[in-house]
Amino acid sequence: MPELLSLSALGLVFALLLGLLRVLHGPGAGDRMLAIQLIGTAGVGMLLILSVLLNQPALLDVALLLALLAAVTATAFTGQQKTHHD
Amino acid sequence: MINILSSILILAGVFFYLAGSIGLLRLPDLYSRLHALTKADNLGLGLLMAGLALHSQDLFTMLKLLLIWLAVLAASATSAHLIARQARRQETGS
Amino acid sequence: MNTMGLLVFDGLLLFSIVGLAWASLATTDVRRGVILFMAFGLLLAVAWGRLLAPDVALAEAAIGAGLSGALLLAAVHRQPRPLSPGATHDSLYRSAAAVSMVVRWVVTLLSAALAGTLAWGLLHAFSSTPQDMLPRAIAENLAASGVSNPVTAVLLNFRAYDTLLELAVLLTSVLGIFSLGPATPGYQPAGPIFDGLVRWLVPVLILMAGYLLWVGAHAPGGAFQAGATLAAAGVVLRLAGRARIGLPEGFALRIVMTAGVSVFLLVGLTLLLLGRPFLGYPPAWAGALILLIETAAMLSIAATLLLAFLGGQPESTGVKAAANRQREEISRC
Repeated sequence: MPELLSLSALGLVFALLLGLLRVLHGPGAGDRMLAIQLIGTAGVGMLLILSVLLNQPALLDVALLLALLAAVTATAFTGQQKTHHD
Repeated sequence: MINILSSILILAGVFFYLAGSIGLLRLPDLYSRLHALTKADNLGLGLLMAGLALHSQDLFTMLKLLLIWLAVLAASATSAHLIARQARRQETGS
Repeated sequence: MNTMGLLVFDGLLLFSIVGLAWASLATTDVRRGVILFMAFGLLLAVAWGRLLAPDVALAEAAIGAGLSGALLLAAVHRQPRPLSPGATHDSLYRSAAAVSMVVRWVVTLLSAALAGTLAWGLLHAFSSTPQDMLPRAIAENLAASGVSNPVTAVLLNFRAYDTLLELAVLLTSVLGIFSLGPATPGYQPAGPIFDGLVRWLVPVLILMAGYLLWVGAHAPGGAFQAGATLAAAGVVLRLAGRARIGLPEGFALRIVMTAGVSVFLLVGLTLLLLGRPFLGYPPAWAGALILLIETAAMLSIAATLLLAFLGGQPESTGVKAAANRQREEISRC
């Protein structure tokens, strides 16, 4: 079982590396933000695997927090700023 | 028995993650990459979580895993939409 | 196979982190650099988890990956777009070429010397013995500290003075933020989908903050992580164009800003008056006192981070309100 878990963690790292290529390359900021979403979800997956592999239940909390705050950064990307004080 | 089932689920989850990121790389357009991304988010994380939940010691951990998946589902669906809409806005010039 | 797999995992993670740090600094496009920096924060949170430091991972996820990402993105969006893609590149290139070769070599050598010193110090720390003196001291005194999470015990009990000074530093930074002038104009009201996200995300974030504050006594968590999560809730409200983002107005805001430092000081001084050392909690009361201080600290940290996102003094407290009051007084006489 642990071998399978570390293998899947490796798989997630590869997915993350591919996503990184998109962050580096992606012609627009939108592409980069989509890749950030993927990296965030891959990070959540890695933390879930690590919490079982390393026997650290606290990493589940980290995964939850990471998931919620990835949403916050996506909203930061889309907020439309007012152009003048009201 | 549980080991075999959870192993299958976890491997399937990782497969969808890899499929999603390959799609993110290879697809031509931001809007099509969006589809690839959400496959990784929903299916990849969901299957991974299901596989790990079979290993959890108590109900609380299982519920926490479910909560994580639901949060990622709702958040990533909305985020992907918002990102695509922002990109569209910038495209049509504003 | 297990350790081999983890080793490759560690190596790839390390490579990605260092590579991202390099890429985010080396790029000329600021927006690209900011997004790369956000990815860097995400991976760093995973790395802390891998290193079995969940408290730091929580803080990194909340502040490094979440809040600084939002802050930097907001700042970048406020920049006027360059007239042509070439313009920015040319001006950067010109200013970089103006720096003489000598200066560049001196800076490179100094940075290398600094990195070398850090590496030497790290190697020295790992090879020296005994390595487990500090954890043993913590473990021996944990029972009397009032909490069972060693990180919280160190932060809020054994080294409470350091945390008090950190909170004072945060308070000083608010003064710096206020000196920037009025807050940024804000955001357009959110559309239906964004609003739908806000409706469930903000309550969940607030609940998460309360959970992190409470659980910090016996599991990874604590005031800093909770404060950052609470600030993230306020940031989401702000981005959705809401008028009320959870920051109190006027005098109440100043109370909340100073709550962390003042509660800390009050506890310490009261203990002094009772004949105990400064911030030397009696073991029976330690748990309750720590929770009290952490609650106040959480509110202060959340207010500080949210004010940093606002980028200046909110309208209710100062600049425009004071100007309006002055105008009214002048018009009255």
